[in-house]
Amino acid sequence: MNGFLSLFRRLEGPQTVGRGPAFWGLFALVLAVALAYPLFSDGYTVGNTVYFFVWVFIALSLCLIWGYGGSLSFGQTAFFGIAGYGYGILTINFGSAYGFTLVALVAAVAIAALFAVLLGYFMFFGRIAGVFLGIVTLAVTLMLERFMAQTAGPEWHIGAARLNGFNGMSAMPPLTIPWPGEPIVLFADVGLYYLVLGLLVFVYLALRILMNSSFGNIIVAIRENPERAEMLGYDIRKYQLITFVIGAALAGLSGVLYTVWGQYITPSSMGMTAAALPLIWVAVGGRSDLTSTVIGTLVVLAAFQALTIYGSQYALVFMGVLLVLTVLIAPNGLVLGVMNWLGRLASRLTQRAG
Amino acid sequence: MSLLELRKLNKHFGGLHVTNSVDLTLQTGEIHCLIGPNGAGKSTLFRLILGEHHPGSGDILFAGENITALKSFARIHRGLSVKFQVPGVFKGLSVRQNLEIALQSRQRGAELNAEIARLLAFLGLESEQAQIAGNLSHGQKQWLEIGMAVSLKPRLLLLDEPTAGMSPEETHMTGEMVQRLNADGMTVLAIEHDMAFVRQVAHRVTVLHLGQVFAQGSIDEIVADERVAAIYLGQAHA
Ligand SMILES: Nc1ncnc2c1ncn2[C@@H]1O[C@H](COP(=O)(O)OP(=O)(O)OP(=O)(O)O)[C@@H](O)[C@H]1O
Ligand SMILES: [Mg+2]
Repeated sequence: MNGFLSLFRRLEGPQTVGRGPAFWGLFALVLAVALAYPLFSDGYTVGNTVYFFVWVFIALSLCLIWGYGGSLSFGQTAFFGIAGYGYGILTINFGSAYGFTLVALVAAVAIAALFAVLLGYFMFFGRIAGVFLGIVTLAVTLMLERFMAQTAGPEWHIGAARLNGFNGMSAMPPLTIPWPGEPIVLFADVGLYYLVLGLLVFVYLALRILMNSSFGNIIVAIRENPERAEMLGYDIRKYQLITFVIGAALAGLSGVLYTVWGQYITPSSMGMTAAALPLIWVAVGGRSDLTSTVIGTLVVLAAFQALTIYGSQYALVFMGVLLVLTVLIAPNGLVLGVMNWLGRLASRLTQRAG
Repeated sequence: MSLLELRKLNKHFGGLHVTNSVDLTLQTGEIHCLIGPNGAGKSTLFRLILGEHHPGSGDILFAGENITALKSFARIHRGLSVKFQVPGVFKGLSVRQNLEIALQSRQRGAELNAEIARLLAFLGLESEQAQIAGNLSHGQKQWLEIGMAVSLKPRLLLLDEPTAGMSPEETHMTGEMVQRLNADGMTVLAIEHDMAFVRQVAHRVTVLHLGQVFAQGSIDEIVADERVAAIYLGQAHA
């Protein structure tokens, strides 16, 4: 009981912006709006919002590994792709009866995490850090993309699932919840919306608790000064590996949800552009905070989509410009800068009132 | 009884013989100062003791155990702790959080808060506890890092130039801090250029020169040694 309460206390702490009744009141308000919104919207728009939400998990994974942990990973889309393909291969082979799609979701995320254990062990216990970590993870990602892109021939199949090369896999079953009478199929509208929203809230709050715990303290300590952290008696490689694996699982969750959302997954979801975009969302939002990462990702995604109407090449150029502006104006992130400014304003106002 | 024993320790950086067959024994309970000109290999010796560098040959014994092959964090668990030459505080985090990170593996909750308060008072950093460590003065950073190193309650405390950048008064205070820790049973090995500090605290002094143990003795014997004065020629010393 006591331990349970102390978990809730960790929702606030040095590693996360936002505390007190004002913040949580706003949080509740946003959540209420998010819960009510499908009632006032159409299926297409709701489905589109699900698409935005899906990407937030991979952004949070990068926030964790890069923003808090200080290791820039280009490998998040690799885990995204592995889990996406994993879900496709499992469900195309075993179908969607008896709630198997939910098992496949968990299994696909676990496969991505397992891959991260292997890759992470090799990197962190081999003391690969800094730029080299970025290079290794990028190389792995692009290798996977190249590999999947050349699997067009009929000999490339796992059971009944053809890999289909550059065109990717499609027609895997959507998430299906077994239910007496009729199973509930979560198509990419209201049903999937509530599931993904629920997962998002859970992951966001769980990460807040994790980062404000003693584990989170060690993670930011490693970012600030790995040598000092080790000389306080922490086996930093172990903590880096655990962070990397949690991040991979989150990226994998993104990948599975993306796959069930559109019922397809292609190698280009692991390509150079796909690998770069999450970096931009997170950098623009503010990589060192969970809330700014979530807000930044949603805002930039919405802007990106709005611009894509005028041509996707312009939208990509805009992304580049946005990244450069961020680095020049607010290296810690535009959204985080605004949040901190609002925080200072609020405390000044309460001071004056008090 | 000896706490730390270095036996025929050697380390090369390319062609540079930075640690040359070093034998050094620390007695439990002593304050031992390591001096020597710039580039003598003092910090490198610390890194060998801590396992950040691995010796080409030789052995490191701590409390009778051969720790030569142990990882750094495991050596810390055995009772070693260090303050680096360049202050290694967590710059982006608050002073309080710096101490919390150092202490959290041994204490929790109210006990942890009490220990942090005690350390802040010991270091004279109470009013700075909410500040970002990167904003502290150089001397304050040194103290904070000493505090983090001390908080592990080590059997052997390694201090690499603990008073660099401090005023004579601050240096003296640091000396008193070291003496208090030593009175509580901590063995101390300190690298220091400030001879006033060495005179204040050292029970024994070892001079390192070109990677070799050049001389050893009390501070008076070392200061009287003309060979030692010769290697410091051109450098300020007491
Ligand atoms: N990682 C390294 N690679 C190559 N050479 C090194 C390395 N570390 C130290 N050196 C060299 O080894 C020699 C000893 O360095 P060390 O830092 O141990 O000296 P020091 O006695 O601590 O000097 P100072 O009083 O200036 O701190 C120097 O010549 C230095 O340039
Ligand atoms: Mg040195």
